[in-house]
Amino acid sequence: MLFVYSVIPMEILISGLLLSANYALIAMGLTLQYGVARIMNLANGEMLVAGAFGGFWVSTVLHLNPYVALVFVVPGAFVFNWLAYRYLLRPLVRRAKNRGMLEVDSILATFGMSFALVGIMVAAFGGGFFTYSFLAVPFDIFGSTYGLNRVVGGAVAVAICALLYLGLNNTRTGMAVRAVAADPASAGLVAIDVPRMSAFAFSLGGAVTAAGGIMLSTFLTLDASSGVIFTMKALIIVIMGGVGDVRGAILAALILGLAETAVATLIDPGLTLAAAYLLFVLVLLFRPQGIYGRRAA
Amino acid sequence: MFRRFAFLAAALIGALSIGVGAANAQGVIKIGAAAAKTGPLAGGAAITHWPNIKLWSTEVNARGGLKMKDGTRRKVEIIEYDDRTDPAETIKAVGRLATSDKVDFIIAPYATGLNLAAAPEFAKYGYPQIAMTSITDQTEMLAKRYPGIFFVLGRTTALAQSVADILAKMHKEGKIGNKVAMVNVADDFGIELAVAARPIFKKAGLEIVYDKSYPITTQDLSPIIKGAKAANPDAFVAWSYPPDTIGLTELAKIENLNVKAFYTAVGTAFAFYGQKFGKSVEGNLGAGGIDPDTKELKAYYAEHKKVTGQDADYWASPVTYAGLQVLEQAIEAVGSVDRKAVTAYIKTGTFHTVMGTWKFKNQEIMNYWTVGQWQNGVFYGVASTGMPGAKPVELKAGW
Repeated sequence: MLFVYSVIPMEILISGLLLSANYALIAMGLTLQYGVARIMNLANGEMLVAGAFGGFWVSTVLHLNPYVALVFVVPGAFVFNWLAYRYLLRPLVRRAKNRGMLEVDSILATFGMSFALVGIMVAAFGGGFFTYSFLAVPFDIFGSTYGLNRVVGGAVAVAICALLYLGLNNTRTGMAVRAVAADPASAGLVAIDVPRMSAFAFSLGGAVTAAGGIMLSTFLTLDASSGVIFTMKALIIVIMGGVGDVRGAILAALILGLAETAVATLIDPGLTLAAAYLLFVLVLLFRPQGIYGRRAA
Repeated sequence: MFRRFAFLAAALIGALSIGVGAANAQGVIKIGAAAAKTGPLAGGAAITHWPNIKLWSTEVNARGGLKMKDGTRRKVEIIEYDDRTDPAETIKAVGRLATSDKVDFIIAPYATGLNLAAAPEFAKYGYPQIAMTSITDQTEMLAKRYPGIFFVLGRTTALAQSVADILAKMHKEGKIGNKVAMVNVADDFGIELAVAARPIFKKAGLEIVYDKSYPITTQDLSPIIKGAKAANPDAFVAWSYPPDTIGLTELAKIENLNVKAFYTAVGTAFAFYGQKFGKSVEGNLGAGGIDPDTKELKAYYAEHKKVTGQDADYWASPVTYAGLQVLEQAIEAVGSVDRKAVTAYIKTGTFHTVMGTWKFKNQEIMNYWTVGQWQNGVFYGVASTGMPGAKPVELKAGW
């Protein structure tokens, strides 16, 4: 009995951390897009699925390590998102009289975009499932086994999140991005090119999301329509964490990942979704601005 | 500018509809198809549903079309709608096919829920509905209510009963213990089967030592496999959908869940399941199965690959195709597109399909496969309600 008690919390901790890392990476892109560019991008999940297709293609057609897809998926997604921002969303930003109006407009526009993207992906790759095996072997941590693909995925997610965090806090561009997140009007006053920074943050967000797709494709079975699941998850994490703060998204992902794993292991896997939404509601009740968010003036 | 565009568009649509009208006059039989191309069930439909429609229409047209009473042949034209896996959209699409496209026949949608949703619509417009991918226990009631609905894939209870029979037999022969870990996806299909299975398993002398459900969007299924493993079962049964069928199998392999019988439901019969996991899923059980060694099915699999470029699955794919053959043979027997006569013929006629000879009893095919098993890289039927050619069940020997 003693043995059981010592092993199970460790399993929950490690499984939970691996899941949290996935969640953090899924939410990171949306944090940038919503927090900085102020675009609540409901087509975020489709970007993720497009990235996952990249991983699938590299693995099954080129027979290479799926992470090789990062080489073209990340720049490709960056360019695509830049174009989407420039030609689809910029006109909305320009005509919006206030933040609320931009939010409503961008939600509608990106909701439409998500359908278009699903249609394009069905036409391009077909509507079927895509799945392949990558490092589907056991990996031992403290006497318990985990899928090596999940462990590697977790490590990749941590690396990308750390890189982003460092970049945002230690570079000039990063500082400009944070300034726009904090207050676009004031950022403009100190010679920050706000439209350019917004476009950059939106594109970077898309690229990060697509990279997350490659990671997920190494252990999940997806199809062209799977995107909405991840959009929903990212939405919860971003709003829980507080809009526009990367730390908030990471913390929210951590809470969600650990809570879901604990509930699945100790109570019932059927209640994971309920647990996630309960946490979401609690945060909204007691800290409507999110864990790291600042109260609206 | 916009007005000019609108005018051009209107002119174009007008021209197109004249084109369609002209084609129709030459005797094309218009057949509607509303099913998922996007949404949660699109992945399954892309494997089981749409390729068979393409295969069937290609073959029919290659033969010159369907033979009519007067000896002429009429080609078929398929009009497709995406229902986005949304019952409201299925209903709308069926209505649109009936009233606006005025199609001669409508191919039933993909999956149980959408077929049940569309049934009143098919009945309202008087179209026969051969539900190729529906599994339900309510066939008798539905057949009474909808005179044009036909069921071919089987009943829920039969699926659960066959699994219980297989495990109970293994137990009786002393090959395995009686402890079963059972999980299900928290969706209509998974819940219905889990509910049906609980009393059936108990009656068969099996003890369910782990009984949990999981939401359909679960990203990490490892707590489930770890939990099942901790319960130390002799058999593992999952009433699952394709993505979780794949996920659970991969994790069971990683965790080395050492059971002599490992069953996952939908998706186990997909060709890529065997291709992805190779030798390690030898002995895995799943919903469906067929006898792929019959002459008809051998030809079917080769043709499916040739025409659609992808592999048919080992369960509902050939059944879907057989359903289309029923429609084809009924139209040819009647010799016209008289829907009433075709529906009446389906009820009483005998059909020669890739699944063998079919004769409906109260609008239902009573002989069907229930459980299959991967043996030597092929998913063979091992249990059925009276199908010939079942292989004996083998014990799973590790991963």
